Amino acid sequence: MSRTVLDKLRQRFEASIIETHDFRGDETATIRREALLEVVTWLKERNDLELDMLTDMTAVDYLEQGNDPRFQVVYHLYSVSKSHRVRIKVPVPQDDPVVDSLCQLYKIANWLEREIWDMYGIRFKGHPNLKRILLYEEFVGHPLRKDYPKERRQPLIRRPEPEIAQVLARRGKARPLPTATE
Amino acid sequence: MTTTHDGETQDLTLVNMGPSHPAMHGTIHLKLQLAGERIEHAEVNIGYLHRGFEKEAEAHCWQQIFPYTDRLNYVSPMLNNVGYAMAVEKLLGVTAPERAQYIRVIVGEIARISDHLTYMAAQTMEMGAFTPYFYVMKGRDWLWDLLEEISGARLTHSYVRIGGVAWDMPEGFKDRALALLPRIDQIVVELDKLMTRNRIFLDRMQDIAVVSAEDAVSYGWTGPCLRGSGVAYDVRKAHPYLIYDRMDFEIPIGTDGDNMDRYMVRMEEMRQSMRIISQALEQIPPGPILIDDKLVVLPKKAATYNTIEEMINHFKLVIDGIRPPRGEVYSYSEAGNGELGFYLVSDGTGRPVKCRVRPPCFMGMAAVEHMITGHMVADVIPTFDTINMIGGECDR
Repeated sequence: MSRTVLDKLRQRFEASIIETHDFRGDETATIRREALLEVVTWLKERNDLELDMLTDMTAVDYLEQGNDPRFQVVYHLYSVSKSHRVRIKVPVPQDDPVVDSLCQLYKIANWLEREIWDMYGIRFKGHPNLKRILLYEEFVGHPLRKDYPKERRQPLIRRPEPEIAQVLARRGKARPLPTATE
Repeated sequence: MTTTHDGETQDLTLVNMGPSHPAMHGTIHLKLQLAGERIEHAEVNIGYLHRGFEKEAEAHCWQQIFPYTDRLNYVSPMLNNVGYAMAVEKLLGVTAPERAQYIRVIVGEIARISDHLTYMAAQTMEMGAFTPYFYVMKGRDWLWDLLEEISGARLTHSYVRIGGVAWDMPEGFKDRALALLPRIDQIVVELDKLMTRNRIFLDRMQDIAVVSAEDAVSYGWTGPCLRGSGVAYDVRKAHPYLIYDRMDFEIPIGTDGDNMDRYMVRMEEMRQSMRIISQALEQIPPGPILIDDKLVVLPKKAATYNTIEEMINHFKLVIDGIRPPRGEVYSYSEAGNGELGFYLVSDGTGRPVKCRVRPPCFMGMAAVEHMITGHMVADVIPTFDTINMIGGECDR
């Protein structure tokens, strides 16, 4: 597999790149958080790269793997005219989960960043409307974080707590009630 | 009080459309600010069908995720099955046998026709023409009969396996499928005659919600919507997977990027899919339908019940799951609505660290606000329909 994009990226941004790999042919570069906007703008605007489509954007929580920093925000860029792809990853620490927004570069970043905020609680600096997208505003916590229990229920219409306790007692099991963690 | 596009000042009326609105599929909420009948501001709210696909996937073995993928785009589940299987195979570094690849193309293209037929049905019905709905649904039912014959289920097939497909095509399937294609083609012709030159239909479709190629790319559009805007990007042509490079078919593209173009692209794609199905049915070679790898594929039932090694093999696969190497892949295929991507992260255990699905119609929905602003309230429904939003896929 060719490493066309990676080689050019490495030449230009040697200092900002933490590591690169091309596992199964997917060109991947992990870069420093501060350099994100500069690198992506360069990738999008350089004539021989033209990565004009943000195909996908997501985050990964490496809590169970013990990674430090805990999160990674993952960008998948594609060039419609050149037909090549690159994956850019940005490590994000737990105590300061902020990344620069790409809304100025790609229109779809608006919704994708809202989804990451919703699911992982990572904020995007410069986003015009950073609010939840799939869940409702009253939801507490960020469900795709690994420390969010899969079984936790948060019905939008709350019944009074004694009533819930009664129901649980009847069922013979106590389920942890949602607590405000953040 | 606000200033409208014409420079007049006028009171805006707030109108809520959906989620309980027949044309919003029960899962979309539009907040419209109207000046008279014209939309000045629009806010699109999604998420009413969010079921936590990714969270569920992280708690399951790799091979147990298939039933969940069925419920993403639930009008073409086969294409989701194929997309997910290809992603795990890429992670494992294996390729399905040739015959399985042909079967995947055949069932995938049948699913694509049923996807586009469903779009046609919704598009016409929600604009007030109920008759085409019945014409089209009849065809979809016949296609589902075929898929039922091959997979055992009409809708949630879970037919594809990591490393191949669950079982071979039943006897006589080829003849029945080839006999059905002209009948489906007849339905497409009927629908074409009924709608494509219909004055009312044209008035509501032509030059409405024009999306430029540049905007379409910036919104991350793929599939029929992107091609409607004139960008000839189809994963099957740009990055041929399975055996698509052996198939002779065309990629239709639009010129204006309006509602009509998105409709016409899908109309033509159904015909192209039929071409692919008949070619694949003619070319399909005999051979195995699953790879021969004990670490990936369950042993035959007879062996499981009669030998201790195979029984242990069976239990290890069911309980511990397939163990792909540590790593990450992004795999993509052309689903009914565009590029269906799976981004998988494995830490070498039987369960994914991350199983992200890139839903093509999510990107379409993100652009709806841009598409309907400045148009009439009545334009909302045909415009929203051309995105072919499928709740299960958009909200996951």
